[in-house]
Amino acid sequence: MRREHFLLGLLAAVLLALPLALDRYQTSVLVLVFLAAYMGQAWNVMMGFAGLLSLGHALYLGLGAYVSAALFVHFGLSPLLGLFVAVLICVGVAMAIGALSFQFRIEGVYFALLTIAFAEVARIGFDHLKWTGGAGGFFLSVAGSQGQWWNLRGGPLFFYYVSLAMAAAAFALCVALRRSKLGYQWLAVREDAEAARAVGIDVTRARMSAVVVSAAMSALGGVAHVFYYNNVFSAQIFDMSRSIDIMLAPIIGGIGTLFGPILGAFILIPLGEALIHATQALGINAPGAKAVFFGLALMIIIFLAPSGIWPSLRKRLGIGEGKP
Amino acid sequence: MSLLRVERVTKRFRGLVAVDAVSLEVEKGAIFAVIGPNGAGKTTLFNLIAGVYPCDDGAVYFDGARIDGMAPEAVCALGLARTFQIVRPFPGLTVHENVAIGAMLRQPKPQAAFAEAEEVLRKLDLWDRRAQTAASLTLPDRKRLEVARALATRPGLLLLDEVMAGLRPTETDRMVEILRMINREEGVTIVLIEHVMRAVMALAEQVHVLNHGASIAEGSPREVTRHPQVIASYLGAEALG
Ligand SMILES: Nc1ncnc2c1ncn2[C@@H]1O[C@H](COP(=O)(O)OP(=O)(O)OP(=O)(O)O)[C@@H](O)[C@H]1O
Ligand SMILES: [Mg+2]
Repeated sequence: MRREHFLLGLLAAVLLALPLALDRYQTSVLVLVFLAAYMGQAWNVMMGFAGLLSLGHALYLGLGAYVSAALFVHFGLSPLLGLFVAVLICVGVAMAIGALSFQFRIEGVYFALLTIAFAEVARIGFDHLKWTGGAGGFFLSVAGSQGQWWNLRGGPLFFYYVSLAMAAAAFALCVALRRSKLGYQWLAVREDAEAARAVGIDVTRARMSAVVVSAAMSALGGVAHVFYYNNVFSAQIFDMSRSIDIMLAPIIGGIGTLFGPILGAFILIPLGEALIHATQALGINAPGAKAVFFGLALMIIIFLAPSGIWPSLRKRLGIGEGKP
Repeated sequence: MSLLRVERVTKRFRGLVAVDAVSLEVEKGAIFAVIGPNGAGKTTLFNLIAGVYPCDDGAVYFDGARIDGMAPEAVCALGLARTFQIVRPFPGLTVHENVAIGAMLRQPKPQAAFAEAEEVLRKLDLWDRRAQTAASLTLPDRKRLEVARALATRPGLLLLDEVMAGLRPTETDRMVEILRMINREEGVTIVLIEHVMRAVMALAEQVHVLNHGASIAEGSPREVTRHPQVIASYLGAEALG
């Protein structure tokens, strides 16, 4: 058995048993870790694999959340079915953005700006959409549906396993994609689109498929998000800061790597929680104090490991990534 | 029937006529050279053939099918591969990955594509460098990588843009040997742009000379090197000696 398989198996076993040793708060922190790892992997498909910088990934998170929540609240549709609608809508929007940018050769920074613009449009749109509560937020009633797992109703422990399964499935998908022909085409397009064309790669098709896969994954992240929190606010879910949060784990962990987004989430989320406690304990109540410390911590990490923590850690552990 | 036929193709960049009504025909199995001074339009001609730019005028036929106006990836899929004069490897990927990605055009299973890439890398003396990133290669090795990646797409016709520039004489001789082997043993037709005249003389059966975008001569290497206009515009006085 290869070393990475052993370590991965060990990690899985520990995470499966871990809730036994955790209290409710700690469990909820790990839910955040897994959700961040999941969304980070979704974003990484676009940026890390295909070289497409999305600064508006909150768009898909928010759409997935709103669509599945609205179907559940208004029609009683189980999110296990609603997620298909959410995925379809996110894929449709992603294809529209993709078609627009690839048609008009909007690349690089301009592509990133376009993704922000779409997230902003969604934010303003849902602010005014009374059907989903407008700016006041949209709420899932907690009463009357406790324990209905098929409606994704449950507490932190339930969502611990839901989000763990999602993060693990995303990892398996990314491993498979990364080793597939499509995965190599993404890397080629990321490295040099012109050279990719010269070896017969349809660059537009490759980019479009990355956008679609990433949007579909993110839609599911949105479903889990809203059914875990039982509420969604357009001003928060579509906010630019949300999009940045999605990107942080893969950036810290290592853009374009398979395990980086997961490692990044395991570092960032507990760090953020620790900072909240630390600033409270020290009585620093200045607004943004947490953000300042968080930013400093990020700067130190990026200074020490400019291409992410995972690539250097991986070498120490003697683990290979890539290669079929 | 000729494998490649270029018919009076023209390309203008704003005012400048980079390629001016150039026609040429390359027989299947041939090694054909395009020479000319800097800025003569050689690379632009390759870009027109490979589908990077649309032609302003004229037509390009490959294996009987008209290919001008087609996208580069479609041209490559038809079996016409090219290298870039200013090398364009996939810098962050390994040498093996670079070439395997080329092989995936015909061999969609990654594992088999990596195996095919191994053969190509051995042919181009790059196998020892397989695990290095392309960015870490020296220029001569990058030139070889360009050839390897293009060759991995299993082309019928290979367009090589100055793959010997910057090589030492021994390395040039080795490249000449490799290209000859690719041509003879695998039946790959080769069109090469080259300033290194000793390579042109050694390899090419037919030479086409461009100057200021226009064709000024075509013939065997011996013929064109004696052509007065070619001497005047390109080879210069020293070639007379
Ligand atoms: N994309 C472009 N836009 C504008 N002008 C261009 C472009 N590409 C080439 N040119 C011009 O067209 C002319 C022909 O250039 P080209 O690169 O084809 O020459 P070349 O024969 O390959 O020269 P060299 O031997 O230096 O490689 C030059 O004057 C060049 O400046
Ligand atoms: Mg040139």
